[in-house]
Amino acid sequence: MSTDTENTPWMKPRSGDFTTKKVERPTRDFEVQSYLPAVTKGLVQTMGAFFKNTKEMILGQKKDPVIESLSWGITTISYPEEKRPYTDRFRGLHRLTIRDDGSPRCVACLCCSTACPAQCIHIEAGEYSEGDPRRGYERYPAKFVIDELRCIFCGFCVEACPCDAIRMDTGLHAVPYDSREQFIYGKDLLMGMTGRDGSRLTENPRHEPGDPDHPGIDRERAH
Amino acid sequence: MEPLDQDLEEGELEMPADPMMLNMGPSHPAMHGTVRIVVELSGETITKADVQIGYLHRGFEKMCERGNWNQCYPCVDRLNYVSPMLNNVGFSLAVEKMLGVTVPERTQYYRVALGELARICDHLTCNGAMAMELGAFTPFLWYVRAREMIWDIFEEETGARVTHSFGRVGGMAKPPTAYFKDVVRATIPRVLAVLTESEGLLLKNRIFLDRLENVGKVSKEVALDLGWTGPTLRSTGVPYDVRRAHPYLVYDRFEFDIPVGTTGDNFDRFMCRQEEIRQSARILEQCLDQMPDDGPINIDDPRVVLPPKEEVYSTIEGTIQHFKIVMEGIKVPAGEVYSYTEGGNGELGFYLVSDGSGTPHRVRIRPPCFAITQALERMIVGAMIPDIVPTFGSLNMIGGECDH
Ligand code: SF4
Ligand code: SF4
Repeated sequence: MSTDTENTPWMKPRSGDFTTKKVERPTRDFEVQSYLPAVTKGLVQTMGAFFKNTKEMILGQKKDPVIESLSWGITTISYPEEKRPYTDRFRGLHRLTIRDDGSPRCVACLCCSTACPAQCIHIEAGEYSEGDPRRGYERYPAKFVIDELRCIFCGFCVEACPCDAIRMDTGLHAVPYDSREQFIYGKDLLMGMTGRDGSRLTENPRHEPGDPDHPGIDRERAH
Repeated sequence: MEPLDQDLEEGELEMPADPMMLNMGPSHPAMHGTVRIVVELSGETITKADVQIGYLHRGFEKMCERGNWNQCYPCVDRLNYVSPMLNNVGFSLAVEKMLGVTVPERTQYYRVALGELARICDHLTCNGAMAMELGAFTPFLWYVRAREMIWDIFEEETGARVTHSFGRVGGMAKPPTAYFKDVVRATIPRVLAVLTESEGLLLKNRIFLDRLENVGKVSKEVALDLGWTGPTLRSTGVPYDVRRAHPYLVYDRFEFDIPVGTTGDNFDRFMCRQEEIRQSARILEQCLDQMPDDGPINIDDPRVVLPPKEEVYSTIEGTIQHFKIVMEGIKVPAGEVYSYTEGGNGELGFYLVSDGSGTPHRVRIRPPCFAITQALERMIVGAMIPDIVPTFGSLNMIGGECDH
């Protein structure tokens, strides 16, 4: 890794001429010292907003808090009657994607639990049973548990998964429960969650062993 | 208890002359960031003060030394939790300095843009909270409303409102969204409008001015001796800004002024922050104009950044590279580095030591408000109890960063 001293962002020369700007000091003129004009002005400003907002409320001209969120006036969202849609990149609750036959896409490689800074993923790997074409080729998670209470929703697990098996695109935030056990999400629950588009499938184009057009080699059936 | 007026001589009616001890915090509405101030009072005047920090100590440095380099991001997010993006940027630059790599131009602009947005958030929160503590609740709500707009941008870009975890060594987690520039351009004028409107409520109000002007004064020399940086130092009249003194990223390409104060009192600190928001908006404008619309975001080095997902799914090279980085972490060459950037409160430094493995050997942070908070004691001694609130508020002490 070479160091190009001219252009590295941390070794630029000190910029010679910079401009400073003196901030204003308060003026203690009559208007300020007599106190009342400034307070009256403040009250007019706030009461103006109050009456305008009340009028809009009563006449039903309230701004749409989601679409017109940048406009003046009250844009408070009355949750849960109104909801803000979460953005595309929003990191919500996890889900496990599944294959066409309903088994989990996950191959129990432990990448996600290694990458997790909160150490809240617990996986126990299992071998497929004798005779299964996937035996010896990959494993499956016999147990896959995420503690959603411990999770900090950083998204590192999604980034670390080499199979697109875990995703955070459910568009759901962590919901309040009344006991800790309910936050421990097991494999079945995670597999049961769908993405925002309702799909449970994965974008991983990897072929299944046993596919007629499977290009790779596995241990039992070398080409 | 006996009623006092019975059988007492006139002379015995005097109040006891012992100094009175008063505890402020650790959980006090004005002590944001859980800090405790024990003050000794004579009447309402403070004769002695003892500022005790450490109530938010979370062992952040040790936590970073447990995982690999990229796993530090969630921890640095939580340092200065009002401007997490600036910490992300600072930490990325520190590790990249050690690696000796430079991120592509587009990422540099992207980092500047996100960093300046975070700086605006930081100053809005500080000034808003300060106004609220002095009884002006309306400006606080307006400031928070403006901050909300910026957090919406962050949610759009990073997927989380506060704890972004968005930086990565050698780039960013994701490229800017297609509408990033438009959203920022639409939002900034609104934020500035809110700022001007709130100023209209505050700057002519005598109550507000009386409590800020000439309270908590710090001279240039004292500020420098104490190691102050950031808006608090600039309010004393020293034009030191890391973005100008040691430009990093692409800050040397932008036109902006350094706001400086004259007296170093609470009012100057308030005004410096107000002006810095405007300057940040100026930087953002130029930054968005200059930022390329396409180009790589991550550096092209398979030892540092994760390969694209399609490669991981379909090629063995990609999969191996992916596993190496996830399982072992980025191998940063052995050595040590000190890297500094302008955080929300001043110079945010990271001192990192690597032993050549994928795990940081030592992570040390130089939080700007640690140096700033140590001045609080001498600022409030001799002042009155109500002066603590605006003085402490204008220092913008952030517990998560101070108790590193
Ligand atoms: S989002 Fe982060 S904390 Fe949560 S399970 Fe994934 S890696 Fe762990
Ligand atoms: S979810 Fe992905 S990263 Fe985690 S064990 Fe399964 S395949 Fe590996």
